[in-house]
Amino acid sequence: MSIYFTEDHEWIKVDGDKGTVGISPYAAKQLGDVVYVELPEIGRDMAKGDEAAVVESVKAASEVYSPVGGEVTEVNEKLEDAPETVNASADGDGWFLKMTIADSSELESLMDEAKYKEYCDGL
Amino acid sequence: MSDLLKTKLHAKHVALGAKMVPFAGYDMPVHYPLGVMKEHLHTRDKAGLFDVSHMGQCFIFADDETFETAAKALERLVPADIQSLKPGQIRYSQFLNDEGGILDDLMITRLGFEGHTHKLYLVVNAGCKADDFMHLATYMPPGITIDVADDTLSLIALQGPKAVDVLARLNPAVKDMVFMTSLDIPLTPTMWCHVSRSGYTGEDGYEISVKHDDVVELTEMILSNEEVEMIGLGARDSLRLEAGLCLYGHDIDTSVSPIEAGLFWSIQKHRRSAEAGYKGVERIVSDIADKSTKRLVGIQPEGRAPAREHTEIQDMDGNTIGEITSGGFGPTAGGPVAMGYVARKFTKAGTPVQLIVRGKARAATVAKMPFAPHNYYRG
Repeated sequence: MSIYFTEDHEWIKVDGDKGTVGISPYAAKQLGDVVYVELPEIGRDMAKGDEAAVVESVKAASEVYSPVGGEVTEVNEKLEDAPETVNASADGDGWFLKMTIADSSELESLMDEAKYKEYCDGL
Repeated sequence: MSDLLKTKLHAKHVALGAKMVPFAGYDMPVHYPLGVMKEHLHTRDKAGLFDVSHMGQCFIFADDETFETAAKALERLVPADIQSLKPGQIRYSQFLNDEGGILDDLMITRLGFEGHTHKLYLVVNAGCKADDFMHLATYMPPGITIDVADDTLSLIALQGPKAVDVLARLNPAVKDMVFMTSLDIPLTPTMWCHVSRSGYTGEDGYEISVKHDDVVELTEMILSNEEVEMIGLGARDSLRLEAGLCLYGHDIDTSVSPIEAGLFWSIQKHRRSAEAGYKGVERIVSDIADKSTKRLVGIQPEGRAPAREHTEIQDMDGNTIGEITSGGFGPTAGGPVAMGYVARKFTKAGTPVQLIVRGKARAATVAKMPFAPHNYYRG
């Protein structure tokens, strides 16, 4: 299993053609206390960069974009009642959705963990 | 960033780890490491200290040194009754333009300090202060002095149920003050302050006008109490929204009258007729008589999705009836809260409406405000 990051601070954990998507702890910290997460419908086909979810903090609403194209197979329903999970565990229990990745070559444009850390340090 | 103004507490905010953002031309703390949610809840539970030094402070007084002359002059520009203010008393009012639109909302105090009871003390919004001072300079008659205090005075607010205990440790005289009154008292033997029992959170508390040179020391003294945390603008906004208090530039501006904004209560009875003669009074009179076309109301979204500013409000048939002007998550309410303008016939609490959030209609109801009960000390 490998993990990739976007410049918008989404992460995708990849296992074969299955991906799990969330936002990075850095992003969660920047957003502040998350109070609501709007998740996509299961079965939705998303292109890379499509709006996949909306995360609302006490401060503002922010879009979460799909790191790669594919079909939504599962959403984290726990976030409906416990959106604060995103702050507590952005890279774990606070995941947003699972997907079937349509084209694995799209992962190549994303950052690996070391590169993403470097990217955040530069912000 | 370099051209942003800084309050005298700027270095303190940075040292405390605040996230600083531009606000009304100032570099201001939006939150501290505690975060908006915990800062909000801490204020409702204990006491929060806010730097509101970006707000405008000024004094108005007449050359003839009578209160009546100064009060009559200011009454030309605001709907509130000023002449009846007792020494130390505070009133909330608005500057209106000729059309009765709101130029700014403000707090007006008649000073209570012996030898100064002929003077009025005004606190106005940071974003409007330059225009407000110009407005005063333009319309105050000869013989009235407008003394802008931005170069000499800072302003901090201590809000929450423990505010009284904390401030009483510095001077017990603050205990017996009632809501919307003020005292000029020393908080240390050498630090005279103008202390008002007021604020904009819905909680009991104080606003303290203090000399620039003293504000850091006073802040540190107040902050050394275990009940007190510094609170940023983020929580200030959610606190005032839950309290049902208008924010200038969002819930009120020149496009609405005080009547539409639900500020009827701030206009004393004899000031509701044309004879009152102040700028914009015709609009007040006509909006009262015509039951103005729209009204600011509380909106309670169902579910957990917050409805933000500019969200469209529809009736149950899908017709647009208004717009959200402030909306977010209310930490004390435990869910989303909002306010917005709706057409007059939808103002009754409990009326079902729809909010269009990201293209989807979501259920909501018109709600009584405040969303969190006011805890003012009235003696």
